[in-house]
Amino acid sequence: MLRLPRFHFHIPDSTREAASILAAEGPDARLVAGGTDLWPNMKRRHQKPATVVSLMSIRDLQGIDLAEPSAEARIGATTLLGDLVRSSALRERFPALARAISSISSPPLRQMGTLGGNICLDTRCTYYNQTEDWRRAIDYCMKEDGSVCWVAPSSSRCWAHAASDSAPILAALGARVRLQSAEGERVLALTELYRDDGIDYLAKRPDEIVTDVLLPGASDSQTCQSSFWKLRRRGSIDFAVLSVAAAVWTDGKGIVSDARIFLGAVGSRPVPVAGATEILRGRSLTEDGIAEVAGLARQLATPMDNTDFKAQWRGLMTARYAEAALREIAGLETQIPPPHHSLQP
Amino acid sequence: MEDSKTRKVGAAYDSTSGRYVGRPFRRVDGRDKVTGVTRFADDLDFPRLCHLRLVRSRIPHGRITSIDFTQAQRVEGFLGSLVGSAMPETFGILPVSQDEHALCLERVRFVGDPVAAVAATSEDAAYEAALRVEVDYEPLPTIASVEEALSNPEPRIHDYGSEGNIHKSVSLRFGNLGGGFDEADMILEDHFFYEGNNHLALEQHATVAVPEDVDRITVYSSTQTPHYLHRALTRVLGLAASRIRVIACPNGGGFGGKSDPFNHEIVAAKMALELGRPTKITLDREEVFYCHRGRHPVSMKIRTGFSKDGAITAQHLQTALDGGAYGSYGVASTYYTGALQTVTYSLPRYQFDGVRCFTNKPPCGPKRGHGTPQPRFGFEVHLDKAAERLGLDPADLRLAHLATAGQVTANWLRLGTIALQRCIEAVVDGSGWRQRRGKLPQGRGLGLACGAYMCGAGLPIYWNHLPQSAVQLKLDRSGGIALFCGETEIGQGSDSVLAALVADVLGVDLKDIRLCVADTDLTPVDLGSYSSRVTLMAGKAALQAATRARDLIATAVAERLETAPENLVFANRQVFDSSDPENGLSFEDAVITAEARFGTLGTVGSYIPPRSPGKYRGAGVGPSPTYSYSAAVIEVEVDPSSGIYRPVHVWLAHDIGRAINPTLVLGQIEGSVYMGLGEAMMEEQAFRRLPRHLSNALVHKMPSMLEYKSPTFLEMPEVTSYLIEDPDPEGPHGAKEVGQGPLLPVPPALANAIYDAVGVRIDQVPIQPHMILQALMAKDKGEEARFGPAGFPQVDFGKTLLVPTPDEGGDGRATNDSKKKRSSKMRGDTGTMSERTEALKRKDGALTTK
Ligand SMILES: Cc1cc2nc3c(=O)[nH]c(=O)nc-3n(C[C@H](O)[C@H](O)[C@H](O)COP(=O)(O)OP(=O)(O)OC[C@H]3O[C@@H](n4cnc5c(N)ncnc54)[C@H](O)[C@@H]3O)c2cc1C
Ligand code: SF4
Repeated sequence: MLRLPRFHFHIPDSTREAASILAAEGPDARLVAGGTDLWPNMKRRHQKPATVVSLMSIRDLQGIDLAEPSAEARIGATTLLGDLVRSSALRERFPALARAISSISSPPLRQMGTLGGNICLDTRCTYYNQTEDWRRAIDYCMKEDGSVCWVAPSSSRCWAHAASDSAPILAALGARVRLQSAEGERVLALTELYRDDGIDYLAKRPDEIVTDVLLPGASDSQTCQSSFWKLRRRGSIDFAVLSVAAAVWTDGKGIVSDARIFLGAVGSRPVPVAGATEILRGRSLTEDGIAEVAGLARQLATPMDNTDFKAQWRGLMTARYAEAALREIAGLETQIPPPHHSLQP
Repeated sequence: MEDSKTRKVGAAYDSTSGRYVGRPFRRVDGRDKVTGVTRFADDLDFPRLCHLRLVRSRIPHGRITSIDFTQAQRVEGFLGSLVGSAMPETFGILPVSQDEHALCLERVRFVGDPVAAVAATSEDAAYEAALRVEVDYEPLPTIASVEEALSNPEPRIHDYGSEGNIHKSVSLRFGNLGGGFDEADMILEDHFFYEGNNHLALEQHATVAVPEDVDRITVYSSTQTPHYLHRALTRVLGLAASRIRVIACPNGGGFGGKSDPFNHEIVAAKMALELGRPTKITLDREEVFYCHRGRHPVSMKIRTGFSKDGAITAQHLQTALDGGAYGSYGVASTYYTGALQTVTYSLPRYQFDGVRCFTNKPPCGPKRGHGTPQPRFGFEVHLDKAAERLGLDPADLRLAHLATAGQVTANWLRLGTIALQRCIEAVVDGSGWRQRRGKLPQGRGLGLACGAYMCGAGLPIYWNHLPQSAVQLKLDRSGGIALFCGETEIGQGSDSVLAALVADVLGVDLKDIRLCVADTDLTPVDLGSYSSRVTLMAGKAALQAATRARDLIATAVAERLETAPENLVFANRQVFDSSDPENGLSFEDAVITAEARFGTLGTVGSYIPPRSPGKYRGAGVGPSPTYSYSAAVIEVEVDPSSGIYRPVHVWLAHDIGRAINPTLVLGQIEGSVYMGLGEAMMEEQAFRRLPRHLSNALVHKMPSMLEYKSPTFLEMPEVTSYLIEDPDPEGPHGAKEVGQGPLLPVPPALANAIYDAVGVRIDQVPIQPHMILQALMAKDKGEEARFGPAGFPQVDFGKTLLVPTPDEGGDGRATNDSKKKRSSKMRGDTGTMSERTEALKRKDGALTTK
């Protein structure tokens, strides 16, 4: 079995205490929630923190609060993905988010993994998600211990892709995150949490703890419809090689007032399909508009040869999946059979 | 001569009416396995156990210049280290390919080749110490593919083999091939590629070596072949075989991946002897991908002559195998890519050319179907194309030209019973083939394919005349029966089959049988769980031993009951007179009676397969007491806009001869369908080479269970299985194999189904969505609606041996083999045996006879 390196382990029972440990230990300390990402990464020596601080005994960080549809919804950072999958309120209010979360890994892993861990998930690349021995055999890469990016050797940046399934749909729904550190608290739009860089993929400081994810309440005048489509090899366990998250707001007459579309796994952050709103706004959601946005999505995606499936094919699929996601929202027949992504929450 | 060509088959077999055989009885190890009681090798613990870890090469090819343990020694708990010079003797599974060292001596040949070992008091410490061992290398140019191996004879990866980086080449022509092609109405030529893949057994290899007394050692291991491991340990450790005890633990899946002797097994034994402490090693998943011995990637070219009615007039098959860095079973694998083409359909003239190359990648070897799924894929897709061109239904083409039971094929294999016709009929009926094929909506399709496999290899891996399976029974006054057999339970249910065979002969309960298996100190030799040999060979041995025990008991009991032994019935743990059921004894009293009459009771049974009529060099690969047959129809759903597809239903019929336990047979069929679909749809042992101007790296692309894609429950379609029973007199109660055969028709049936669904040919596996999409785009542009290899590598296969067929009046020998003439006592020849002369020339030849 792969073995963990040695480290100091803290299990504080308040966010304040956790924050003060992080402040004291500096960058050598790291947070862990469910550990489904961090522990495997440490076994492969991607991350070598001297101190690990667990968030799992902090009561305040758990919980789902979305009973009141018009009020802002709150999901605590260490809420288990499994609890979210089982929440009927989540399914009703944010069906696409429920679908995205139910597609994450597998039932046992969802019983360990948390929402906060999912949005802070390390970026992925098949040159990087390998053991220390393997990475030595390629003399490492730019993301960790090395100097070249093997995916694009002439590139000066790392192209590891954002792998979280909840992030694109949370971004589309306009989620915000609350961060806490020894220095205080701040709230950011989720999109501002991410940077377009495979290495420094989070805009937050290492000493900041994600405490809550906040989702806007429903408005009286606008209806929000959302969808999430995920492409992967198998119906379970696999990360996305592409995902499309879409949220479209319409007025009483079905006229689009806003549309936010984000792509997962084809960039180092959830990739906004910028310009989609302009294309769709002011008219009803039609096949033409959908096709135009799908074409745009394909242009904005940068699938690289660093995950499963041929990158070029993933590019083609970006358009197809963007189309499918929007057609689903428009109530049009979707053309791709769903063997490879679970549509059932 | 007449004799060797025909043999009476299909004669009614006198089946017993026992309690178990033929019924779905619960397997003897079932409860322990599902409750976690079974102790696999990694579950074993001993006082003072220490942990071993191998340091593996991080360069693909090169010379070791230094190994430095300084940092490793500083790790708390470090106990010791080993390097290659501690075990200079070579080993390998085949006598002709003794090309491995327990730890590399001076050369490393792939990323993952073991170069050193460290032991420590904990697994953590061993892991940490191994990471700190510093090894320096002088790199050598690397070979990544068959093409590169053929065009770069230097540097040689090994200094033996056919030449350059060609490990083995073979060329065999059976009969007048040119005449056959001249007779053809249509000649079809195709190129195919079958990617390599791993066995992916859930249990990672594990070994625990325990030193006992002085210079004596017990090695517990997850191995399918304890006997061959015993021999390798003897050779490398330099200890007498009698001082080494190998115990094969139940395997958590093998599929061929645990049938070589492995570095870690030998190093664990050596380390245990050095430290005087029990030593354990459990590989991590990445290391399993480095041990590999999985399916060879094979490029194929098939050229076949057909007459208008679909009869094959001649076939020329060429295969090129990417062998990886060591020999393993590779010589046999090479022959197997050609040997079984002849056993399904009438194929009167046949040429087979094969080549295996060394490359700087983990060694390939035997995986379920050993060497035959690749050419079977090519052949069955090729037939589908031929049927279309000839305007025939693919099922009818096959049905009209089946091989004949009892026939000797063009390449001199003697066939047993053949229930392939019934298999095809079953899946054709079950799937609604006649009504539905070609008529389903766009995007839905049906494909059909067949396959065949051996029921045990006719010859052992090293030359000998000894029994290949043996069973000993010990009966005593307790009424219990101890069954000793060298056979290994790898999940297939062989323990249960042996116990049931014996229980039925003696009329006792399964619980009365105590099994002692796979222990070289205690059990008679069995060659191992490979080549689908155990049910047939060990089963026959078990029946013989049980019948002998029954005869002994019957003799004694008949005297006591004053009746004739043949009047006695053994049933319900009783032995009684059939004409007077009141007149009888409990089984326990019957055994006591016999023990009183004969003294301590023990019987033995053993099995040696029948001789094969082939006598040419290479004739040893392919013979088997009989062959199993399978047919499959797969229904697939394809989305033409993405190429994403999904098998919806698989109908699979298997010619089992006789099902000893129908539940186990079903399990093997379903498992084979699963594995076959995995290979056909997604599994690939793929490699990455970094840009050459920047790096010399050549690494496994994704040595992890997450990224090496294998289907989950969710990808598994519904399977309808048909057990076709046509008892073969060669098998115990007429039984044939089922462990490997049902995999064979699956990949080609899928490819054929995709063609029926969307009209494109994918001539390689795994079939990826992008391939379908690309072929569909080509089709739209009016180009060839196909995805697959464009050609076949340029290969010189060497001199072709000319072997007249039985129909041409041949005698089973080549007419132009200068190397021939060996003792007339020799039986045939395997790929391994064919190299016997070569092996004897080598100073380290491993042959023990003459
Ligand atoms: C086999 C397998 C399959 C997977 N498949 C998927 C998949 O399909 N989709 C997917 O999205 N993910 C997948 N994952 C990744 C992972 O399981 C999930 O993303 C999970 O939600 C991570 O949560 P966690 O609590 O376990 O994170 P952890 O491992 O505990 O943490 C992950 C990272 O986030 C940081 N972190 C955690 N909590 C906080 C916080 N509150 N504030 C600040 N930083 C924090 C940690 O320091 C760490 O760097 C898979 C993982 C495995 C092993
Ligand atoms: S994208 Fe490049 S730098 Fe980033 S992890 Fe992959 S190989 Fe390394």
